[in-house]
Parts: sequence; structure tokens; C-alpha cells
Amino acid sequence: MHSWGKFVFTGMGLGLLIGITLSMAGIYRGMVDDAKVLLDNSGADLWVVQKDTLGPYAESSSLYDDIWRGIRGMPGVERAANITYLTMQVGKQDGDVRAMVTGVTPGEPGTPGWPPYLVAGRQITRSHYEAVADIASGFKLGDRIQIRRNHYTIVGLTRRMVSSNGDPMVFIPLKDAQEAQFLKDNDAIREQRRRTAENPAFNRPGVPGLLDAVIASQSTNPYVNAVLVRVEPGHAPEEIAESIRRWKRLTVYTRSQMEEILVGKLIATSARQIFMFLVILSIVSSAIVAFIIYTLTLGKIREIAVLKLIGTKNRTIVGLIMQQSIALGLIGFVVGKISATLLMAPIFPKYVLLQPLDSVMGFIAVVMICVLSSIIAIRAALRVDPAEAIGG
Amino acid sequence: MTAKGIRIQGLKKRYGSGDTAVDALKTVDMHVAPGEVVGLIGPSGSGKTTLLKCLGAVIEPTAGKMILGDDVIYDDGWKVKDLRALRRDRIGFVFQAPYLIPFLDVTDNVALLPMLAGMPNAEARKRAIGLFRALDVEHRAKAMPSQLSGGEQQRVAIARGLVNRPPVILADEPTAPLDSERALAVIRILNDMAKKFETAIIVVTHDEKIIPTFKRIYHIRDGVTYEEEGEGRGFE
Ligand SMILES: Nc1ncnc2c1ncn2[C@@H]1O[C@H](COP(=O)(O)OP(=O)(O)OP(=O)(O)O)[C@@H](O)[C@H]1O
Ligand SMILES: [Mg+2]
Repeated sequence: MHSWGKFVFTGMGLGLLIGITLSMAGIYRGMVDDAKVLLDNSGADLWVVQKDTLGPYAESSSLYDDIWRGIRGMPGVERAANITYLTMQVGKQDGDVRAMVTGVTPGEPGTPGWPPYLVAGRQITRSHYEAVADIASGFKLGDRIQIRRNHYTIVGLTRRMVSSNGDPMVFIPLKDAQEAQFLKDNDAIREQRRRTAENPAFNRPGVPGLLDAVIASQSTNPYVNAVLVRVEPGHAPEEIAESIRRWKRLTVYTRSQMEEILVGKLIATSARQIFMFLVILSIVSSAIVAFIIYTLTLGKIREIAVLKLIGTKNRTIVGLIMQQSIALGLIGFVVGKISATLLMAPIFPKYVLLQPLDSVMGFIAVVMICVLSSIIAIRAALRVDPAEAIGG
Repeated sequence: MTAKGIRIQGLKKRYGSGDTAVDALKTVDMHVAPGEVVGLIGPSGSGKTTLLKCLGAVIEPTAGKMILGDDVIYDDGWKVKDLRALRRDRIGFVFQAPYLIPFLDVTDNVALLPMLAGMPNAEARKRAIGLFRALDVEHRAKAMPSQLSGGEQQRVAIARGLVNRPPVILADEPTAPLDSERALAVIRILNDMAKKFETAIIVVTHDEKIIPTFKRIYHIRDGVTYEEEGEGRGFE
């Protein structure tokens, strides 16, 4: 019977909507999870940033690159390391990749900011022109990549190291990163040098070398975005944070505050968009279910009248319609779950984390939507007069 | 005349009131004995459907008396409280079209009624299957209604009308869409079932093909019934 086909097709269409809904929830979960992984992998207990900023992930922050020494000397601080973050295009022969270029201080593995583990290759050992990249960038060991004017060799690969926007991270030595971050492109540099050289103030007779010194100072960059601090075991991070705030007049965030910033502020906008999507998709799904159940019910008025005529209780008729509606929801949910898991999550360019709890909640929502959507149809069915079953 | 079956005395039905009132049934007197199949025929607008609706307890007559088996069900007012249960347990219906529930299989379409009357599911299904055997659709018991031919669906619908073993069955144009061979087959089945289950069956029809099969016919004209001998051909 063609209404059966209509039913199944509607269920599948509904399933795709549910699949999108589940994927949306998964994208949100993925973003939150990425943010946590980003914080975990930085190996820091405290983030020291420019005063009164939400840096370094949510807002720009810059600190002098010698501040870390003072922090390192404070009691309870095990390690302190500079770090820079810059989201930019990273060049490769076959096209650019958007990445979060992270400048890490030289040292040994375990230095805050370093990728904690590699899936291939080794950590950066030289102080220039080596890079460790996340495999999501598509780079491979031995690849030559270009960041601003300089070329780097990929010596190691990480996994699941992405920015809060989902851009893969590329680690390079701090000095290179500082240069990349603050030096403009070649033309801009040449132009700046030309202007400096033409400025009579720097060409005063009797002060040889002034021009060179000025140009040199313009070409080095004494800033970093944050200092990552690891606290000695046995010390409370919040106490250390408080003393850094007091003595250094800097803003310091603990791990939980940083998570609050990333998840609460940065991801909140995306979360709102996703939530809006969920609401719209729920409304559309309800409308579809309501419409199809209503039309199927209207097409079966005669059967319903017969059921009433032969003595079926209203409760049974309501139950039969609900059953249809829930069956539609079940088809939809199964198709949705399968398409989200097998189809959408793998091809989606972002990390999609499908949590069982979300699926359970999605399932409950689908069933509730189906039950609610069948109300119009049920009302129509209850209005049917059993006398209609007997021919005209 | 036996006391069983269905007996109708001086039944009246008026639709509306005042100037627009229509007296659809003026004087209806009928009696159908258990095991008997009678025809009810009449021109358009004569009151056939109205009579079936009164007998089927879906509209209320205006006056008169209806006796089902030993029970007076109507005497200038309903004498039964739960009309729904009355229809479910004591009146079977067969329609022009089968009107089976599309998402229940054939067995459950029929077993639904005894289940609703409180019979255990397994027993209700067993009873349905028993009827399918008698109606020669046993091999289709597990199929969905849409997978059945029109004739098979109609036989399933007849099984549904019989399943609660009602003392009376009201058949509303049960053969209208069928060719003459199938129409006669349906009437044969109704006759067999009437005998087998001691059921009184009233068949409302226009169908010239089956009219000669009735032994007794009620004509209805302008809301008044007239009894007549039928030819009673073919089902002795
Ligand atoms: N709900 C109603 N309200 C008012 N008048 C009605 C109603 N139903 C039927 N009638 C009238 O009652 C009379 C008998 O109608 P009924 O439907 O019983 O005829 P019928 O014998 O079934 O005709 P047909 O063979 O055309 O189906 C008609 O005059 C009809 O117009
Ligand atoms: Mg009629």
C-alpha cells in the first residue's frame, strides 16, 4: 500500500534531520572536548596573560618575553615557559592550510606548551626551522612548509591538537614564532627600513651605527602571548595565581577559569547557534511528523469509524495512532543515528563527538516530539462519528 | 417464530425537528431468526442506511422497540448503557469495503475485537485462525492487509464481523464492488456462517445478482417495511 511507502520515506527524511541534529550536538561536544584537550595538552596549571585580557585563546594578549624569569623564581612554581599562538595560513607546495602556529620555548619534553606525545617523528631539537604539526593539517614527516618568509621541516606529528576553532596546531621554536608573529612580509619590512633610513633623525652625523641599531631593534620582537606555569606538587594553583597577580600585576587564570573562558565565552556563540539549529530542527521535525501522521489519519477516517463502530475504545485508537507516530520516530532515530555515526561525523571537517547520553536525550526528545505531534491527528480521530462507517 | 435473533417493532426515526424534520423511518417491523439471512432492499432515500445505523446502535431511533436475543435493547429509549460494548460483543458488521487496519496483520485485524472484549491474546488469535480456516484464508493469516486480494480482504472482514460470535450481523452492501461469481461466494459464506454460528444476518443491498438468493426479503419504501417471500435460490 502506498501509504506504507510514504511512511517509510517520511521516516527516512526525518532520520536525516535527526542525523543532522545529533551531528550538531556532536559538533558542540567536539568543540568542548577540543578545548579541554587543548588545555590539557598545554601542560600548564596557570596561564599568565596581559593584564585585564582574556588571553591568549579568546583575546589577544602580549607580555614581555622576560617576565617568565621572575615568575620562575616565585615559590611553588615548578616551571614557567613563554608561548605564542598565531592563527595563520601555513604554506605548502599544494596549497595553504589554516593552522594555529604555536611558538614553544626550547627545552626538553614536558616543557609547558610542548605537545605531550607524538604519533610519529620526534620533538623539535633545533632552535630554528623545525616544526611539529598535527596530522589534521595533512602535513607529513619531512614536508617543507612555509610560515611567513621562512621554511620549516616537519619533524614530528601529533594527534587531536587543535585550536578552539578546530584549526590544527603547528609547533615551531619560540624565536621563529615571535619573528613570524611580529614581522610583516618582506615588502612591509623593506618599506619600513627605507623610511627609517630616510628619517634624518637616525642619520645624525657623529652618531655612527645609530641607524643600524634602530633597524635591528625594529626587527626583533620582545613579546609573547602568555606564560604557561606549572605548579610544584603540593601547592594550590589558586594561591600561586594570587601571588603572581599581586606581585607581577598580571592577569592569571587557573585551569578551570581558562576552561570557563574557552567553553563559556569562546564556544558560547557557537553553542547558541547550534542550539538555535536544534530548536529549528525540532520544530521542523515536529511539523513533519504532525503533518504525515495527520494526513495518514485523515486518509483512514473510514477505518477509524469502523474501529469505533465495532466497539474499539478511544484509548485503543489513541494508542494505535501513537504507535504509528512512535514507529515513525523510531525509524527516524535509527536512520538518524546511523547517518550521524557513519555518514556525517566522518565527513564533517570538525571533530564530532557523539556522546551516548546525547543520543539517549535525542531519543527521548524524538519520542516526545512524535507523541506531541500526533495530538492533532488524535483529536481528528476522536471526532470521527462511528455512524460514518455505515454507508451513505 | 423463535424468540432469538433480532426483532424490530414499530421503529421510527425522525431527523431534525419542526419544518425541516425528515421522517426517515416511519414503521419498521422486522424479524430475523438465528441462522437466517434476509435481504433489505429499497430505493434511494428509502431509509436503509438509517435503519442500519439504528440497528447498529450508532444513532438513536425516535420510537419503537428493538429486541436482540432475549434482551430489549431499545424501547422508546436505550435499555443498554454501554452501546460501544453492545456493538463490540453482540453486533457484527460487514461493509462494502473491508476497511482493515493497514498496519496490523490479518490475524490481529480480526483478533483485535475479542482482545478488546478481554480475551487473552493467544486465544483471540486462535479464534481468528479458526475463522480463517472456515473462510479459506488461513494461508494468509500472517500477511498484511495490503498483500491480500480484494476477495481475500473481504473474507477477512467477514471473519472480523463473526469473531465475537454476535447474534446478529449487519452487512452493508457487502458485494457491491465484486463480480457476480465473487458476490455469490460472499453470500454463500454468509449463509454458511449464519448456519454454523446461529447468527441472524441482515444484508442491505442493491445488488441484482444476489437478490434471488434470499429466502426472505424486506422491502423498505419511504420509511415503511414490507416483508416478501424470496426465491431462495442456490443455498439449500
Ligand atoms: N443526518 C440526516 N439528517 C437529515 N436527514 C437525513 C439524514 N440522513 C438521512 N436523511 C434522510 O433520511 C432519508 C433516508 O435516508 P437513508 O440514508 O437512510 O436512505 P438510503 O435508503 O440509505 O438511501 P441510499 O440507497 O441512497 O443510500 C432520506 O430522505 C435522507 O435525505
Ligand atoms: Mg444508504
